[in-house]
Amino acid sequence: REDRGRSPQRDFHILFVPRRSLLCEQWLKEQGVLGSFIHREQYSLDLIPFDGDLLSMESESAFKECYLESDQTSLYHAAKGLMTLQALYGTIPQIFGKGECARHVANMMIRMKREFPGSQNSIFPVFDTLLLLDRNVDLLTPLATQLTYEGLIDEIYGIQNTYVKLPPEKFAPKKQGEGGKDLPTEPKKLQLNSAEELYAEIRDKNFNAVGSVLSKKAKIISAAFEERHHAKTVGEIKQFVSQLPHMQAARSSLANHTSIAELIKDITTSEDFFDNLTVEQEFMSGIDTDKVNNYLEDCIAQKHPLIKILRLVCLQSVCNSGLKQKVLDHYKREILQTYGYEHILTLNNLEKAGLLKPQTSGRNNYPTIRKTLRLWMDDVNEQNPNDISYVYSGYAPLSVRLAQLLARPGWRSIEEVLKMLPGPHFEERQQLPTGLQKKRQHGENRVTLVFFLGGVTYAEIAALRFLSQMEDGGTEYVIATTKLINGTSWIKSLMEKLEPAPF
Amino acid sequence: MSRARADEEEYWHSSKFRAFTFDDEDDELSQLKESKRAVNSLRDIVDDDDDDLERVSWSGEPVGSISWSIKETASSSTSSLEGQDSSLQRGSSSYAAFPKQVSSYSLSSLFKGRNKLPSFQSLSDALSDTGVKNYAPELRRPKAEYKDYSSDWSPKDTVRRMQRGKVCSLERFRSLQDKLVLLDEAVAGHDGNVITAVLIFLKRTLRREILFRELEVRQVALCHLIHFLKETGEQKLLLDLLRFLDKTEEVALSQYREHLNIQDVEKRREFLKGCIGLPFSAEDTSHIQDHYTLLERQIIIEANDRHLETAGQSEIFRKYPRKASILNMPLVTTLFYSCFYHYTEAEGTFSSPTNLKKTFKIPDKQYVLTALAARAKLRAWDDVDALFTTKNWLGYTKKKAPVGFHRVVEILQRNNAPVQVLQEYVRLVEDVETRLNLATKYKCHDVVIETYRDLKDRIQLTAYKCKVERGSAEEEKINSILNN
Repeated sequence: REDRGRSPQRDFHILFVPRRSLLCEQWLKEQGVLGSFIHREQYSLDLIPFDGDLLSMESESAFKECYLESDQTSLYHAAKGLMTLQALYGTIPQIFGKGECARHVANMMIRMKREFPGSQNSIFPVFDTLLLLDRNVDLLTPLATQLTYEGLIDEIYGIQNTYVKLPPEKFAPKKQGEGGKDLPTEPKKLQLNSAEELYAEIRDKNFNAVGSVLSKKAKIISAAFEERHHAKTVGEIKQFVSQLPHMQAARSSLANHTSIAELIKDITTSEDFFDNLTVEQEFMSGIDTDKVNNYLEDCIAQKHPLIKILRLVCLQSVCNSGLKQKVLDHYKREILQTYGYEHILTLNNLEKAGLLKPQTSGRNNYPTIRKTLRLWMDDVNEQNPNDISYVYSGYAPLSVRLAQLLARPGWRSIEEVLKMLPGPHFEERQQLPTGLQKKRQHGENRVTLVFFLGGVTYAEIAALRFLSQMEDGGTEYVIATTKLINGTSWIKSLMEKLEPAPF
Repeated sequence: MSRARADEEEYWHSSKFRAFTFDDEDDELSQLKESKRAVNSLRDIVDDDDDDLERVSWSGEPVGSISWSIKETASSSTSSLEGQDSSLQRGSSSYAAFPKQVSSYSLSSLFKGRNKLPSFQSLSDALSDTGVKNYAPELRRPKAEYKDYSSDWSPKDTVRRMQRGKVCSLERFRSLQDKLVLLDEAVAGHDGNVITAVLIFLKRTLRREILFRELEVRQVALCHLIHFLKETGEQKLLLDLLRFLDKTEEVALSQYREHLNIQDVEKRREFLKGCIGLPFSAEDTSHIQDHYTLLERQIIIEANDRHLETAGQSEIFRKYPRKASILNMPLVTTLFYSCFYHYTEAEGTFSSPTNLKKTFKIPDKQYVLTALAARAKLRAWDDVDALFTTKNWLGYTKKKAPVGFHRVVEILQRNNAPVQVLQEYVRLVEDVETRLNLATKYKCHDVVIETYRDLKDRIQLTAYKCKVERGSAEEEKINSILNN
């Protein structure tokens, strides 16, 4: 209103992205300014492509809404996004799912298909299978620290829409003769996607395997630049020069990633990182998950960042199918006394989400799940992995294991374990118009779209990509999700906002 | 934009649809306002059950520009419309504006299953191709919207239309039965915005008790309403609803959450006092009680200390002026503060550390660590000493700690304790390897020497000789041990 008074000539428009909400409009109406907007539009973005095999709705609140508030609007939009996808790439003949939300999305998809029979199209199906997974089927994976290159960048610096902001010191161009007088103060912003050759090669590797790739690359690029000494004829020189831009791009890419790797290494070699990782791995391999953990207590006493504490304590709870009441009360008391009583609200949210709760049934299912699905692999090979557990240096993401076992040999082999995980599991088939039934050629891979309802981590994406490129894997994966997350952003979305509302 | 505007103006004046504008009778004028509003909220023009409306636009812009043009011409002719805006808006709460569902041109047409892609055709093509209907679907639309008033859309269809972003009057659903069917249909449709809209309508038109009763058996709608009330801050109604449902803990937590909105400390304290009687779980009740007690204490301490500080008499406050107030700080922080500024006070005062420990039942471990950190910061090594010294029944003193001594060393080192002090505590570290590591790291030579001696490790001891200064007491010590 003030603005309007100031400049009556200005037109105000409002563009809701990704979709307008009734609540917003209601509030604007109450403030009496709804009519001042000349245009009220929404720019619907359902599924946004992040890379050749990755789609995300970037809906931060999806997990909180679905699991804390029983508001399934984001599932509705997921279903609509899937309908759009099917309109472009053909009806998906098989739908598998695990979890309440998965069930809802599948139901909505089937219903939407019924209600718009005209949408039957004649596009040859690209996807053979759709796998819908609730995030709460696997609460463990996002809590653990990711150990792939891209995962670590996200954990430490946070990747926003494929961009990352990094401390600029290591990126200052070294010019001869200038003694570093102009140190940049702006954080260095880099875009990270598979268009960058080197990044595509190292992003999904375990961080410990990145160093050798970088040094090999350095040798190759150096050698390539040396070629100029061998170029004798005009033709050879011309050829060299034509390749120069590509080589320069490769060199700058290498320089950037060497700097990033150095930054990460500083963190991963720190004592704190090591201690934290050790405790995480103890929990994930099932050691001492039923007692108060000393390291955790020490961290609280030293007032480490609250989110780090919450991740660890939730990890312990999930790996123990809930904590014993005494242990839980002890942790809660220490957290509230150290960080403030108002955090009762956050702890309550975490309990509702199933992340930090008392053990109800008196039994711990996790060891059985861990053993049957082979979630903890002692003999992990970080350099030349043969199993998805390399992404967490020993822990195989539960969600990806489920996808892996679905492809081969199928979920019937793990019926018992599936029942221990929350939510129903199901299979649906969608009719394809005749003539479109695809007959897979021998050796041709099936394509499965895995949709994570509630968020997915880069480590899980890496694990699925690993499965895709396995020699006799038989399946290629495309990943879709409501949001790209890491443990920190995920827990943050569940924390109660403690500042008073601005309005 | 102005070029388009000129085009549209031109068209407007030449169109035969001119008939329906502002010269119409009164009721149609008001209908126009309603439809203007409908049009302004940019619906999905292309209806899924209307047939061939392509999203053709004048200059390739989104069709919304037509509605924009209508509004412009409308408002320029009747400025009175603006004034009535606010009152009409209030009245129009029966309308629900909904998001359009389809995201982009090509996708929407594919989704409809038609193979022709929308054509960003030129004006002339549009003219020749699809007939007048396409020019101003907006102009045609409002007439169809009028039909909404009188025609009977069933609850199912109403919900369907709402999902597609059309304005629908829900007023027509008068009976309770109808309203409930509408709600159930909305829930079945899964679109959160539609459900919320219906709930707003029901909230306005139903008696509270009936609404609550009906929602009790409709979980999804119930959750939506609770979320809505939280978002809009309708605390009272929310609490009534939760009480009705016997969700006592929710009530308690919801109420407690409000304290964050209270900035004034005294008011907040009062509020927290009121929260104590709420139906929290047993554990949580004690936490809330503690929260209240803590804030109460903090207010007293703060007032007192501020007075001391300004009076300038107290040495500690002069030497280490306070950087922030203690209000609303967590318990452990308060304890640290108390150990820092009020360490020697007797248990009777509110600001003494021992009083805090007793009142809040702070475990020994936490207490010792905090006191240690505070005293170390003040470099009060005697106090540190006293923390760990206990007299046993024979009168002998010995040092004990509820935490490993390596933690003590850590904290001392962080506060730059002198080597002699550090050494005392490194010596007490139980685990030999840790002891050696720490001693070597912090150059506590005596401890290293003694440990190697106890381990009878000549080799290491000899190797360590090069780490001590030549001619120092330590070197001598090493030599004397080696020679025995």
